[in-house]
Amino acid sequence: MRVLLDIAMVLAVSAGAFFFLAGTVGLLRFPDSLTRLHALTKADNLGLGLVVLGLLPQADGYLAALKLVAVWLLAQLAGATVSQMIARTMRRGGQRA
Amino acid sequence: MSVALALDAGLALLVLCVAVWTIGAGPTFAAVVGFVAFGLLLALVWVRLAAVDVALTEAAIGSGVTGAVLIAAAARLRLTEAPSAAERPSATLRLAAVVLCVLVFAGLAGLVLYPANPAPTLAPAAAVHLPELDVGNAVTAVLLAYRSVDTLLEKVVLLLALVGVWSLAPDRFWGGAPGILRPARTDGALVLLGRLLPPIGIVVGVYILWVGAIAPGGAFQAGAILAAMWLLVMIAGLRDPPEIGHRWVRLLLVAGPAVFLAVGLAGFALPGGFLSYPAGHAKPLIIAIEAVLTLSIAVILGLLVAGPPERERRR
Repeated sequence: MRVLLDIAMVLAVSAGAFFFLAGTVGLLRFPDSLTRLHALTKADNLGLGLVVLGLLPQADGYLAALKLVAVWLLAQLAGATVSQMIARTMRRGGQRA
Repeated sequence: MSVALALDAGLALLVLCVAVWTIGAGPTFAAVVGFVAFGLLLALVWVRLAAVDVALTEAAIGSGVTGAVLIAAAARLRLTEAPSAAERPSATLRLAAVVLCVLVFAGLAGLVLYPANPAPTLAPAAAVHLPELDVGNAVTAVLLAYRSVDTLLEKVVLLLALVGVWSLAPDRFWGGAPGILRPARTDGALVLLGRLLPPIGIVVGVYILWVGAIAPGGAFQAGAILAAMWLLVMIAGLRDPPEIGHRWVRLLLVAGPAVFLAVGLAGFALPGGFLSYPAGHAKPLIIAIEAVLTLSIAVILGLLVAGPPERERRR
């Protein structure tokens, strides 16, 4: 059981790291701000989610696991809000970058 | 061990790169973004050095509140940024900067290459008296018992900084409300965040304050979190910044330092010395001082970011 959980952890955290990598590549390679934003937020939410999922079985009790999930949800909330604001500013013809 | 070492080396390299990028960044706003990223990475470095108290403070104050102050400053400077970019410091000034940098570098290199052996430390002395104070966190003991006069003066300096910001107000706006930086139009996503996050943030802030007695945390970090929640509500447009002439604003600003000072003066009468706590009552007194300080720090930091008053006082 322990070994299975460890394997699941390695798989999930690696998948999370892959999404972070993919998001970073998208950030560097995509042509304009909106697509870069898309790459970044998708990768962040999914990547962090998978890392948290992988770390859940290792957490020190239910409370620590709950904190990990809370970190993920808060990061999603902040990321979604900020990317909405950046995208809206750009659609209104703000700074081009 | 080697994996940890590689991670630490990578982190140190990243911090250096972000620092160089921040200095080299052209627009002020980009430099501020670099500075915030630098602060967050530095907080990770403090975590790696097992100084979680410092890491929390760095993330909350060094990166968060200072970053917000700098962003507000960058927005105000935008009009004058282009003309000032052409100006160059004089040769003497640049030479002085080079000399200072070389001196700092030489000092640091000397410390790293020839460290004192054994390294000087006051940690055992700080740990010995923890049971008498009944405080589990040595950092809190240092800040509010051993060196409490420093902490008291630090809060007074914060108040002075706020007076400095307020002194930039034109006479006719004196006592009015600060004109906080806001998006040009009300943003639905920001309003949602401004409604969802503060309840969570307030709980986290109170927790950080309470846990500060036994674990990393304390008044400054808690105050910064509460200030951030207040600023979020103001920036989202859900509440207006208060008029700085209001009596409750002034009361909240001085409450923390005043209570601290009162406890300090009471020390003369009871145990016999400024800022000394009566035996057995140290912990409740420290927690009480920290609780009031947290409120004052939150209001001071919030108003520091909000800036000088820009509206006339309503009569």
